[in-house]
Amino acid sequence: MNLDIENAALILSAFLFAVGTAGVLVRRNAIIVFMCVELMLNAVNLTLVVFSRSLGLEAQVLVFFVMAVAAAEAAVGLAIIIAIFRHYEGVEVDRFNLLRW
Amino acid sequence: MTESVFFLLFAILAAGGGIMMIASRNPVASLMYLVLTFFALSGIFVMLDAHFLAAVQVIVYAGAIMVLFLFVIMLLNLGHREEIDMRSHLSRLVALVVGSSLFAVVAALVLQGEKSSLASEEGTVVMEAILRSRGAVGAVAEPLFTSYLVPFELTSLLLLVAIVGAIVLARRRAP
Amino acid sequence: MVSLPLLLQEAHAAYEPILPVWIIVLPLIGAVVNGIGAFMWRGNKSIPSLVGPLAVIGAFVIVVLNFGAMLTAAPHDPAIVSLWTWMAAGQLNVGVDLQFDQLSILMLLVVTGVSSVIHVYSVGYMGEDPGYSRYFAYLNLFVFFMVVLVLGANFPITFVGWEGVGLCSYLLIGFWYENEDFASAGKKAFVVNRIGDFGFLVGMFLIFVHFGTLSYTQVFAAAPATLAYGGVVVTAITLFLFLGCTGKSAQIPLYVWLPDAMAGPTPVSALIHAATMVTAGVYLVARTSVLFAMSPVSQAVVAAIGAGTALLAATIATQQYDIKKVLAYSTVSQLGYMFLAVGIGAYTAGVFHLMTHAFFKALLFLGSGAVIHAMHHAYHEVHSHEDPNDMRNQGGLRRYMPITFATMWVGTLAISGIIPFAGFFSKDEIIWYTGAYGYGILWGVALVVALLTAGYMTRLMVMTFYGENRTGESAKQHLHEVPAVMWIPLAILAVLSVVGGWVNIPDALPVLPGVHAFHDWLHPVFAPARGILESHGLHEAHTSPIGGGEAMWAGISTVAAAIVILLTFRALIRRTWKPAAESVEPTGLAGVLYNKWYVDELYDRMVILPLLALWRGCWRIVDDGLIDGSINGLAASTRAVGWIGGLFQTGRVSTYMFYFVMGVLVILATFLF
Repeated sequence: MNLDIENAALILSAFLFAVGTAGVLVRRNAIIVFMCVELMLNAVNLTLVVFSRSLGLEAQVLVFFVMAVAAAEAAVGLAIIIAIFRHYEGVEVDRFNLLRW
Repeated sequence: MTESVFFLLFAILAAGGGIMMIASRNPVASLMYLVLTFFALSGIFVMLDAHFLAAVQVIVYAGAIMVLFLFVIMLLNLGHREEIDMRSHLSRLVALVVGSSLFAVVAALVLQGEKSSLASEEGTVVMEAILRSRGAVGAVAEPLFTSYLVPFELTSLLLLVAIVGAIVLARRRAP
Repeated sequence: MVSLPLLLQEAHAAYEPILPVWIIVLPLIGAVVNGIGAFMWRGNKSIPSLVGPLAVIGAFVIVVLNFGAMLTAAPHDPAIVSLWTWMAAGQLNVGVDLQFDQLSILMLLVVTGVSSVIHVYSVGYMGEDPGYSRYFAYLNLFVFFMVVLVLGANFPITFVGWEGVGLCSYLLIGFWYENEDFASAGKKAFVVNRIGDFGFLVGMFLIFVHFGTLSYTQVFAAAPATLAYGGVVVTAITLFLFLGCTGKSAQIPLYVWLPDAMAGPTPVSALIHAATMVTAGVYLVARTSVLFAMSPVSQAVVAAIGAGTALLAATIATQQYDIKKVLAYSTVSQLGYMFLAVGIGAYTAGVFHLMTHAFFKALLFLGSGAVIHAMHHAYHEVHSHEDPNDMRNQGGLRRYMPITFATMWVGTLAISGIIPFAGFFSKDEIIWYTGAYGYGILWGVALVVALLTAGYMTRLMVMTFYGENRTGESAKQHLHEVPAVMWIPLAILAVLSVVGGWVNIPDALPVLPGVHAFHDWLHPVFAPARGILESHGLHEAHTSPIGGGEAMWAGISTVAAAIVILLTFRALIRRTWKPAAESVEPTGLAGVLYNKWYVDELYDRMVILPLLALWRGCWRIVDDGLIDGSINGLAASTRAVGWIGGLFQTGRVSTYMFYFVMGVLVILATFLF
């Protein structure tokens, strides 16, 4: 098992992604869920950076874009959460189930 | 050797931050732990010769996005509440199982893979060459403003749309 | 139109059918025109009055021309007119072919001739009816199908006519369909006939399987070589065909529809249920005589059923009070005579009786129709709802309806077999041959039935025309004779009932000259069958089973019939009956006969009720339970699956994330292994 920095970083990335997934599954507060999504995005960023070493700098450009889009998404998402909060007086994810069958 | 130590340090900080983030009851505490994770990741970026991204990570993620999150938490007065917003024990168990299996599968895939083009020595040499010739910023800027100009412009448009959308969504309706 | 002498001259060499298609087409045109008239020109009486009878009279004229041509040419083989190919599939090749031979021409003469007379009569009888056009449309359509039946050169074409006359019978029996009983009678006729049709079809299928063809000339030519004499196959074929005959010609066990068929207008009863349709069965046996001759079992069955039916129906007729019912059972009985004749191999005698019976039975029915017409008119005038058919309401009508009275007596004497009327010669021949061919018991039965016939017919005459009139004081003011358009047909048929028998007078009778015209005419048709019978032991004795020659027994039967008439007359003339409304139902043996030996009730118990139970079972268990159940079950299971699927749609992001991750794990795992 070759545990150089690339591999280690990839394993860390996998770990962070798994943690983020577990967080989405286990937390009810919408904002916390959002933060877990950000964590997952970061894990992916880490993976991309690792691979940019061997596959070229385009990967880092992609990371750049990921960050930009994540920022935009965070802004809009939080705006939505604010709007929902005004309606529900609470941001538990379990209550947003209008799309049930 | 030193490299490994630093990496291990940063890795533990990142992993720990992540776990504490999802385990903490206080939303503000969760947020802080996430910021810790971001800083640790930034450090790892530096170790992987992505200097520019390390800086951007701190500025954008830790500095802007997390601040935004904090603003919203404070705005909605969610900071002090320590209500039980964790799910049932069964859900926690399921999340644990799912998360572990996901980690296990991906880790196994990683360790199983061929490593021909991922040799550390070669990668570091190439990267350092590029960094020396163009500088940290220039290394990313050059592809960004030549090959990927159109996506760049579109991203700026995206940000504009996001701004407008956020304002529209979050404003109070006229009574 | 070609000139007649030229036609006859040309036909001397060989017989060519003259205008064959028009015989069929004219009645069809009549049916179509009258049918359109029933919709478009309601209330117009003149079109049906002209088109209806003329269509059939026209066909009759053409048949007479063909008869003349055939008489001169005297061909040995049938003339086939092929119109077009109907079915050509592999080995099966059925064309729309018409067969003109002595038998079919004879049948056509009877059918179109009697039809013409009855059509004219109908103009008077149905004149007041609102369904006048529809009536003539159906009647013309019937003649069309009957002609097709008789002219068919192969089994399918005959079957088309067979089915068609059944259809028209249903339409005409239930002509006054607003009355539910009449409509039910029509249904009963059709359904019972259908059972017979099944027999016909199976017989036809068997013939095709064994002969590869369905054309009469080919089948009958190949029969002696292809099938074994007395074998299972030929017996099966003929018995199945005979099942069809029992349906169409009202023999045991399928005769039950005919008495109920009296619900239709009386001219219909006269035409369809006396002279033509019911004789189709006899015609079929005569046509397939070669096949029947090859199966002694079938012959015996036909003869036995014929004799049995004759006896059964005659006993029932003695206790019926509806004038048409008496005649209906009489028809069944006389048809029994015809089947007895063709069953024992006396084909010519059977067809001869068919012809004479057509004359005097149509006469009797039309006469009863005149009586009913007068009674109905009388009751209508005084707004009474009494039954005009019931003889207990009649009586003494000879004072009011002399022509009808006279012609009915002619018919009665003819059917009773009194010399020199037509029925004597035909019935006597059947009785003689039954004895001469060695069927002792059937011979005795035939004699008894002849006496019963004389008896119930006299009873009918006495109850209707003699004694005190029981119609009611006010009603009987309105009784009068029928108009000319109705009694002229009666007169025509009366003349035929007198002279119709003179075409076939046995040599054995003293004084009278022997006439063989009828026998010679039909000889070529029945020669093959007769040949088969004679080669297998058919032998005409010269004395009856208990001694005495033909002349002696002819004399005995006539005298006995006359004695029965006189005795019955004397016994009944002094009797008084109460009108139908005040009468009680007969009891004891008379009651059993009045209730038709409870045969209908027996069929109900044995056949109808089990079928109804089966129907109900099929409905509840199979249709509702299985079929509906499985379809509904399919829908229910679909809904259940949908409900299960709905359980997964919680609307919560975390749940969906969970599914997502599971999917990702599965995909990643495939990379791992």
